[in-house]
Amino acid sequence: MLELIQQLVNGLSLGAIYALIALGYTMVYGIIKLINFAHGDVMMVGAFVGYFSVTLLGTNILVAMLAAMAVCAFLGVIIEKVAYRPLRNATRIASLITAIGVSFLLEYLTIFLIGPNQKVFPASAFTVKAYDIAGLSILNKDVFVFVSALVLMVILQYIIKYTKTGKAMRAVSLDMEAAVLMGISVDKTISMTFAIGSALAAAAGVMVGVYYNTINPLMGIIPGLKAFVAAVLGGIGIIPGAMVGGFVMGLLETMVSGYGNSLYRDAVAFGVLILILLIKPTGIFGKDSGEKV
Amino acid sequence: MSSKNNRKMAILIIMMFMFSIVAGCGQKAPTSEQPAPAAAAINVGINAELSGGVASYGTNAKDGALLAIEQINAAGGVLGKQLNPIVRDCKSLADEAMSVSAALAGDKIVAQIGPLTSGNVAGSTPVMTENKIPLIAPAATAANVTVDEKTGLTRDYIFRVCFIDPFQGTLMAQFAADNLKVKNAVIYGDTSSDYGKGLAEYFKKTFTEKGGTILATEGFVKNDRDFRATLTKIKGLNPEFIYVPGYYEEVAPLIKQARELGITAAIGGPDGWDSPDMVAVAGASALNKTYFTNHYSSQDTDPKVVAFVQAFKAKYNKEPDAFAALGYDSVQIMVQGIKDAQAADPVKLAGALSKIKNFEGITGKMSIDASHNPVKAGVIIEFKDGKQVMNSRIQP
Repeated sequence: MLELIQQLVNGLSLGAIYALIALGYTMVYGIIKLINFAHGDVMMVGAFVGYFSVTLLGTNILVAMLAAMAVCAFLGVIIEKVAYRPLRNATRIASLITAIGVSFLLEYLTIFLIGPNQKVFPASAFTVKAYDIAGLSILNKDVFVFVSALVLMVILQYIIKYTKTGKAMRAVSLDMEAAVLMGISVDKTISMTFAIGSALAAAAGVMVGVYYNTINPLMGIIPGLKAFVAAVLGGIGIIPGAMVGGFVMGLLETMVSGYGNSLYRDAVAFGVLILILLIKPTGIFGKDSGEKV
Repeated sequence: MSSKNNRKMAILIIMMFMFSIVAGCGQKAPTSEQPAPAAAAINVGINAELSGGVASYGTNAKDGALLAIEQINAAGGVLGKQLNPIVRDCKSLADEAMSVSAALAGDKIVAQIGPLTSGNVAGSTPVMTENKIPLIAPAATAANVTVDEKTGLTRDYIFRVCFIDPFQGTLMAQFAADNLKVKNAVIYGDTSSDYGKGLAEYFKKTFTEKGGTILATEGFVKNDRDFRATLTKIKGLNPEFIYVPGYYEEVAPLIKQARELGITAAIGGPDGWDSPDMVAVAGASALNKTYFTNHYSSQDTDPKVVAFVQAFKAKYNKEPDAFAALGYDSVQIMVQGIKDAQAADPVKLAGALSKIKNFEGITGKMSIDASHNPVKAGVIIEFKDGKQVMNSRIQP
């Protein structure tokens, strides 16, 4: 029982990170039907911004996270303006390939500028404490990752449900042309979507830095892919779906490693994904039509 | 249309192939920059990576080898003759290693020391075999260096003085069972590399032979950063020892997470752990009670090692690493072979080298086995409060 609870804690921390990245995928897809494959690399840039904020400027981890979010929000807007906007009316495959190009650009530009070796997130940035609750080992960084992920998700829900920007995002997602006719600036709304999505990825990047201590220029690839899977699992384009998908993915991986065989972790996780998509091709929260962001 | 294209393609490929042969012929090995050897001297070729990606390996091994040659010459040489080193740079490239070997063969060497990496040795192997000159690899650890994988036959002229990678699994199992006296262990290794898989296999074999129990075998893959789920499971098994064959990028966060979860068992691994990043990532306290195997330690208190370290420091003003020690041993084992053969003849030397038993090197006592791999000792390095400290020497 104790082990099961411990595994749940492990799975929720991992899932929170996946969920945060998945949100960016799903928001962008919801609004312009683009799988933004550079998203995982935006997370990587966020991790590096956080790293330099902590090491060079000596800020604490919350400031580092806010700095990373701000820089990456800006980066997301730039990527959209330069790489995706000129292709908005081109075929979807063209945008998709551009996204892969942007992904490589970010990875290898970082390698060029900073070097290929891993960087160690300084231990002083976040003093790890373990709380032993009845034999259960809960670390303050588990709590930090989980709570900040939840806070960010609540803020996101608020923005989308109750602000003008959120309303505009929902409108553009539902019907872009109608939204234009209603006087909504589509360009601005899409920029906002990229900004918010990238900021969430940056937050996830700093969390990965804190949680696993090391960051490197190619760290975005695997979490990016898994978060993409999580977004599809929950129903791509649907925000609560991305959150649930992220947690499901994290828990699934943890349970397979914990109770099955670690050698089959990814195989089983992705097998379940295929199974869910076979039964429900639109994902857990997928509807044939309806509100998408 | 496709058949026509295929034919064109084939012609093109043949032409390119022929051109490359012609170009290869034109690309004669670089002319010797060494002074003409004295008539009575024994020429020893050193084919090492002095520039390029792994220049530090080659440079250190060359320094070790030259120190050995200097000492031997000072003591009167071999069979009354002086050794004459001919040093050439293979630029960390396999094809360059090949042309360097061709040039060295033209210099009438008795044996070639180097290159350092398994890939570069493979590049040099055909030339050495063709010219029937022994190649002594200081640090090529891949299994197929001395054995042809296709035929399973040992390569007659290829030798090495380092143990092959998976052998470290045997050493660690011995250390765990005999020195740490643990009865059970869990293997949690890198399953995405031959390195990790081979080590796990050898560890399991030796550990069970010594009466130990393997409670579970788990795996991770390169670039994994989250090990908590599997570690939680391992904690439930409560093993006395965890063997983690892998590289430091994954192992350092793994050990950190293991200690965070409250796993206090001793943890062991191979030389892939040897990096300053281990302490930076995992932290000094998490690394207490962790051990890894390596070829050599400059902290060894064995008088032979102490003398070697002193002589090396005096000559080069730097600490000798494992490559320097292995380069030194390569020359020494060659000299032993020449003495055994009673002739500075490459073919006779190869025969003598394959029969060497209980040769005392800096990196341990070694005997060359049927696959031309040395059966030899390794050292156990322990992390103590963030410092690498030599724990013991393990003789198989």
